[in-house]
Amino acid sequence: MTAALALGDDALVLSHRLGEWAGHAPVLEEEVALANIALDLLGQARVLLSLAGDEDELAFLREERAFRNVQLVEQPNGDFAHTIARQLYFSVYQRGLYEQLAAGGGDFAGLAAKAVKEVAYHQDHATHWTLRLGDGTEESHQRMQRGVDALWRFTGELFQPVEGVEIDWPSLHTDWLATVTGVLQQATLTVPTGPGSGAWTAGAGRQGIHTEPFGRMLAEMQHLHRSHPGASW
Amino acid sequence: MVTGTLLEEEVRRLAGSVPDPELPVLTLEELGVLRGVEVLAPGKVTVRLTPTYTGCPAIETMSADIEQVLHDHGIPEVSVVTVLAPAWSTDDISAEGRRKLAEFGIAPPRPHDAATGSGGPVPLTLAVRCPHCGSTDTELLSRFSSTACKALRRCASCREPFDHFKEL
Repeated sequence: MTAALALGDDALVLSHRLGEWAGHAPVLEEEVALANIALDLLGQARVLLSLAGDEDELAFLREERAFRNVQLVEQPNGDFAHTIARQLYFSVYQRGLYEQLAAGGGDFAGLAAKAVKEVAYHQDHATHWTLRLGDGTEESHQRMQRGVDALWRFTGELFQPVEGVEIDWPSLHTDWLATVTGVLQQATLTVPTGPGSGAWTAGAGRQGIHTEPFGRMLAEMQHLHRSHPGASW
Repeated sequence: MVTGTLLEEEVRRLAGSVPDPELPVLTLEELGVLRGVEVLAPGKVTVRLTPTYTGCPAIETMSADIEQVLHDHGIPEVSVVTVLAPAWSTDDISAEGRRKLAEFGIAPPRPHDAATGSGGPVPLTLAVRCPHCGSTDTELLSRFSSTACKALRRCASCREPFDHFKEL
C-alpha cells in the first residue's frame, strides 16, 4: 500500500529525528514535549506500517531507497529553532491531511480522526515556539528566520499527490500556506519566497530519493535490529 | 473461580475494574477506554479496548492485565483487540473518574462543550483549577508532561506545579 508507507514513513522518520533531542533539548520541559510528540508519531507509524506489512521489518530492514517519506522529515534537527520550523511546516500539513482523511471515510479515516487531535497539540506547540522565537530576541529571531528559510525548499513536496488517498491537494496547499503565513507574520518573520522545491533536492522522497543525512539516520536507527535480529528487552 | 457461562455484564465489570497502569487511581471503565465485550462461547471472550493516544504504551499492559484478571476468574480464552474508531476523547472519562483524578492531584480535563466543541488544544484563557488549593489562578508551563495525556501547569496561589489531564 503506497499511501500507508508514505504516511507511515513520514511519522516514523520524524519520530526518530525528534527522539534524537533526548538529552539535548534546551530545557527539561522541551525534552519531555519533543519526546511526547515523537511518541504520538511513533504510534501513528505503527498503525500505518502495520497496514502495509510487518512493522518491524518495514522500519528496520528496508534500505534507504525503499522509504517513502518526504524529505522534510528526514532533515537533521539543527538548532532548536530549526527543529521548530520543521515542526511548524509538518504539523500544519499533517493536521490538514488527517482532517481530510478523517472526513473521507476511507481506510485511514479511523486513525486520522484519532491522530488529528494529537497533531493539533503538535501544531499548537510549534506555533507558540515560532512566535516566542520569532518575536523574541535578536538572536532568537535570526535563528528562527534561518530555520524557516532553510527548510522552505522541502515544503513543495508535501503537496505531491500520494496514490491511494482521496485528498484535495490544491486546497490542502492553499490552507497550509495561509496558516503558515499567518504564524510567520505574527512572529515578525519574513515568509520565504523561494521555490518550494529545488532541482538539486529533487523533492522526491515519495519516490525513494533521499537527502544525504537520511542514510546516516537510518544506519543509527536500524543498527541494533540488524546486528541483533529479534533482540528485545 | 467462576464456572459456567459468564454474562457479558460480569465480564465487562471484571475487565472494567482493572486499574490504569499509569493512573492507578482510575479503572479502565472510569477512563472510558473499554469499548465492549463479547462472550463467544463458554470460557471464550473478546474485549475491545481503545487507546487514549495512538502511541500510548500503556495499552499493552492494560491488555495483559485484562487477560490476567479474566483468567483468574476462570475464563481461559481471552482476546483483547485494540480499536481506534470512534476516537477516544477525554469526555469519555466518567464523573467519578474526574473526581478521583482531582483527588490524586491531577486537574481533570474540561468538557469539550465548555471549550472548543471538538478535539485539540483548548484556549488557555479557560481556567484550570489547582488540584491542591483550588485556586483558578494557574498557568501553563508546558503542553506536554510526564505522559502524552497530560500538560504541566503551576498554581500562582500555592506555587505548586501540577499535572493537568489535557483535553483530547
